[in-house]
Amino acid sequence: MKALLVCEFREGKLLNSSYELLAFADRLGAEKAFLLVGNAAEAPKVDGKLYLAQVDSYGEYNPDQHKALVMAAVAKENPDYVIFLHSSYGWDLAPRVAVALKAGQVSEIVNLVDGKFEVSLCNGKLRRTVAPQAGPAVLTIQAGAFNFAGEPQGTPQVEAIEVASASGIEFLGYEQAEKGDVDLTKAEIIVSAGRGVGKKENVAIIANLAKAFGGELGASRPVVDAGWVEHSHQVGTTGQTVSPKLYVACGISGAIQHLAGMKKSDFIVAINKDKDAPIGEIADVLVVADVLQFAPVLAARLG
Amino acid sequence: MKILVCIKQIPDMESRFKVNGTGDWYDEADLAYRMNEYDEYGVEQAVQLKEQLGNDPDVTVLSIGSDRVGEALKKALAMGCDRAVHVQDADSGRKSPYQIASVIAAFAKDKGFDLIFTGMQSQDRGSAQVGVTVAELLGRTCATTLVDFACADGVVTGKRELEGGMKGVVKFALPALVTCQLGLNIPRYPTLPNIMKAKKKEFVVVPVAELLAAEPMTVTEKLYAPTKKGGGIVLEGDMADMADRLVGILKDKTAVLR
Repeated sequence: MKALLVCEFREGKLLNSSYELLAFADRLGAEKAFLLVGNAAEAPKVDGKLYLAQVDSYGEYNPDQHKALVMAAVAKENPDYVIFLHSSYGWDLAPRVAVALKAGQVSEIVNLVDGKFEVSLCNGKLRRTVAPQAGPAVLTIQAGAFNFAGEPQGTPQVEAIEVASASGIEFLGYEQAEKGDVDLTKAEIIVSAGRGVGKKENVAIIANLAKAFGGELGASRPVVDAGWVEHSHQVGTTGQTVSPKLYVACGISGAIQHLAGMKKSDFIVAINKDKDAPIGEIADVLVVADVLQFAPVLAARLG
Repeated sequence: MKILVCIKQIPDMESRFKVNGTGDWYDEADLAYRMNEYDEYGVEQAVQLKEQLGNDPDVTVLSIGSDRVGEALKKALAMGCDRAVHVQDADSGRKSPYQIASVIAAFAKDKGFDLIFTGMQSQDRGSAQVGVTVAELLGRTCATTLVDFACADGVVTGKRELEGGMKGVVKFALPALVTCQLGLNIPRYPTLPNIMKAKKKEFVVVPVAELLAAEPMTVTEKLYAPTKKGGGIVLEGDMADMADRLVGILKDKTAVLR
């Protein structure tokens, strides 16, 4: 069994998440080859064949050309699996490769269960195993689901790869995240507000609880999207990744993207009306209550 | 200008899900349904573009599923789409993303849509495949995960959301397909007059058999509830009592409360 692992490169650097692909391929027991649109100085420290396309020629985001490069490497390797991280790069590129390969795609694999691909659905409330049809398949793996242990080491056997292809998309550059007034990554205690707080006015109740704990206010994505809390407070894949000593999730159901940003906290308390909410799966303590009623009682008890 | 918006109706994620009798999907009975949140941003963006261009664009909204998806289509009409296409399929939940995309592509291929909007993923299955696959099947330019969209003189400038709050700025000419990320805009609530007006709009029903030729490419083997990790303490009951117990636990198990 052979796997082609498509590494990620951003702002001139190999992304460390690329090694998660390696960890997954090892779980699969696959022989590995790699593809990177980057440069030799930032090549992954791995053993095996590395197809290297120069980022200066193809750019960091250019899906049409990157697809052509993946297909060129596929033509040389004939892999059983082409594997991406389920990221803004991977979920954008993987279906393009799947269509070109006439292959089935399994998205955001969270685990291997008896050799089968397990994925999560309905906000983590269900799981299923998915089988691709015979022939090559395209896979994306959930960020953080397959951790690479240890220091990467190895020297790839580099083969330059080039394609001639046009693209309809022009990449104009990056826009950095807004810098806010708070650095949650340094906080020891974070009390976060989720959709369960109901409306903007109620965020104050959670902010009061954060104050009673002597901690910072965090928030889940829907709360930030709705404009109730500033983006600098957002915890999760598209916000900050935090690992405080105590994380209190208030009215947060526990979408995968949020969990990815806080599951490494030392101690997790969830306050939620829904006893079955996925946040309960990783919480050390689940308080089954309406957070708007419970938070003031708890704040008073702490104060 | 012709615009297509593809929407999915999904169960409320707060629901309690049960595995169906054949063990390969969830039981669709007794669930409350709503429009996939990501798709609401697609509907809103299409309607905003229609307003921006002096009402010129003609906006078609399409959904695949059983009779109940008519509710989601009616909401999209009330938000401002011009016509609805309901691809009738009682078993759409178990179709693979590739099959769903192929049905949309088969519908769209000879209609001359300049712009197609889809959500970046569905809230229930979350494969993030359908939009991109439609674009590839149609040979269209495609940009995913947009949190910012502007269109002028047939050129789109958009911002893709990347990890950690960073964005990537892209530019491309129509025809194209874009997939919408949460926060792209603020989807409007349909007003009562617009709900009444929507009842008079064109509503086309197409049997899925007329559009479906593709093989699934992937199949769900087994669906199940995740095994409970357990170990976590569950507190229920009186508020003051729970607060006392929680503070006790935190003093005992963490170093943050003295």
